[in-house]
Amino acid sequence: MPSDPLVAQHVLEFPGGYTRTTGPVIGRFLSELRARRIVGVRTAEGKVLVPPLEYDPATGEPVTGEYVEVGPAGTVTAWAWVDHPLDGHPLDRPFAWALIKLDGADTALAHAVDGADPKTLRAGARVWPVWRDRPTGDITDLAHFVPEVTRIVSNVRAEYRLQAGGALRVFLEGIERGVFLGGRCGSCAKVYVPYRLSCPQCGTGITETLELPDTGTVTTFAINNLPDPRAPEVPFVSAYILLDNADIPIIALVGDVPAHQVRQGMRVRAVWVPESERTASMANIRWFAPTGEPDVELT
Amino acid sequence: MRDVAVVAFAQTRHTGQDTGLTESELIQPVIEEAKERSGLKRFGFTCSGSCDYLAGAPFSFVSALDALGAWPPISESHVEMDGAWALYEAWVRLQHGDIDSALVYGFGKSSLGDLDRIMTLQLDPYYLAPLGLDRLSCAALQANAVGADRKELTEIVRRSRADGRRNPYALDLPDPEDGEEPFAVRPLSRGEVPPITDGAAAIVLAAGDLAGRIHARPAYIRGIAHRIEPHYLGMRDLTRSPSAADAARAAGVGKSPVEVAELHAQFPHEEIILRAALELPGDTVINPSGGPLAANPVMATGLIRIGEAARRIHDGDARRTVAHAAGGPCLQHNLVTVLEA
Repeated sequence: MPSDPLVAQHVLEFPGGYTRTTGPVIGRFLSELRARRIVGVRTAEGKVLVPPLEYDPATGEPVTGEYVEVGPAGTVTAWAWVDHPLDGHPLDRPFAWALIKLDGADTALAHAVDGADPKTLRAGARVWPVWRDRPTGDITDLAHFVPEVTRIVSNVRAEYRLQAGGALRVFLEGIERGVFLGGRCGSCAKVYVPYRLSCPQCGTGITETLELPDTGTVTTFAINNLPDPRAPEVPFVSAYILLDNADIPIIALVGDVPAHQVRQGMRVRAVWVPESERTASMANIRWFAPTGEPDVELT
Repeated sequence: MRDVAVVAFAQTRHTGQDTGLTESELIQPVIEEAKERSGLKRFGFTCSGSCDYLAGAPFSFVSALDALGAWPPISESHVEMDGAWALYEAWVRLQHGDIDSALVYGFGKSSLGDLDRIMTLQLDPYYLAPLGLDRLSCAALQANAVGADRKELTEIVRRSRADGRRNPYALDLPDPEDGEEPFAVRPLSRGEVPPITDGAAAIVLAAGDLAGRIHARPAYIRGIAHRIEPHYLGMRDLTRSPSAADAARAAGVGKSPVEVAELHAQFPHEEIILRAALELPGDTVINPSGGPLAANPVMATGLIRIGEAARRIHDGDARRTVAHAAGGPCLQHNLVTVLEA
């Protein structure tokens, strides 16, 4: 309340509101709304007025007694976006006013549209009504309109059983013992890790299995800011690590070092879980940690 | 038709806030000034335009009569509309031929309440008012339908405010800021909203020989007409104003060139619509007073357009001017007056 004694609040109010008769035409429209139908009235010229009026505004002639169900959907012809709703507006969150030409009508209904986006709302947008729970015969029985359904969300989930046989089984059995197994191509002499059965470059079989050290060099890396089940805390670093004596890097986490200190050429070593906890799984390696050796010049 | 002319015009120095004056205190000085300028103390007819909802008091226009000197009883009428329609009623009354003078005034204090929501009360109570459709939302719907270039809109606001700063009666408003202003109701920017204004205006009309005796250069009303469209926004083409166009044709706007047009365009997109409806050529000077974007004393704004258009003729600056007044949501009702030297 204003503290200045010369300033006063004045309220103009009609308690309970005015009682207004509707007349037969508006009364029919509001009764149809209560029954969750939207009707227009046909003019002598054959146009359908929504909402109905007693007289055709174009000619001044009384309308016919023919009521036509329209909608329920319609097309937006003009709209305005309210960022800050006022008391008394149909919605208490940002919404659009719209003129909506309901299907089958020749005029547009003014109402609110919820759930639209002011960046993409356009004349021509299709909208559908949302009804109030307990219609009473009032224009607000139409709570508001919402955009036509144009997309849905599809969830996909299927379960599989995967088995490590072949080369992967050999490699993981090595991991269980705490060693990285690689393979050397008999043709090009490249060393691949994880171990594999054939050289992807030459297409020839891998003939030699060899154990690689668990030390290597970071060739490139990424700082990740979205949590991953294997690295729930962000940021975390995933890196390409070229194990010593190998020709192809593996991807692994880098830990025990702040993310911003990881660099290309950094020397790292695998951090293994204690021997008692080891299984035939990559979970044996927590991450790679810096060894403290001088960085390596990458070629 | 009897020749009827605007022979005196007075207006308040409009304010952007409530100064605490009652309505009769607000209008008394302009009535006094109109009497002084016309040299008339009594009038054959008196008519005013105002809106009780602005003050929130039923029949508030009655107490405004205290400013007139209404005893012994005067012949008096009131319209719950802009004072421009009071002038129309007075013009019709003067056509009867039995009186030669009329006093017309309009006044409004839009600072007292929330104008946006008060104007909701003018809407149809069945289909529109229950939705709480407010003044700015109506204007924004029309602005969206028009889809005018933002640069053009900003330029209208800039020109109006600059002209307003040169008009001692209008408000002193800064240039609108460049670029995206905060929105009132999109696409309407806050800069496109007319200022809340308190003010009043009075005009003296004189018929026949009396006009020439009062003023050396009376502004003769050579045409005056008003036309209305359906109230419901969804039953109109909001991109244009057929009723303003009809009124302009009936008033004879296009019969010869128009030097100055004072348009009751509260929002810049309304000026674009009205220029087209009145078919105003590019060299017509629009709202040299600053127009409603520089001062918008609701219920006097339209009457001031007629006064400003007449003043150009009184001052000898123009020989033919046009005044436009509007009422209702989105230019529903339009009154066009053609004034000539």
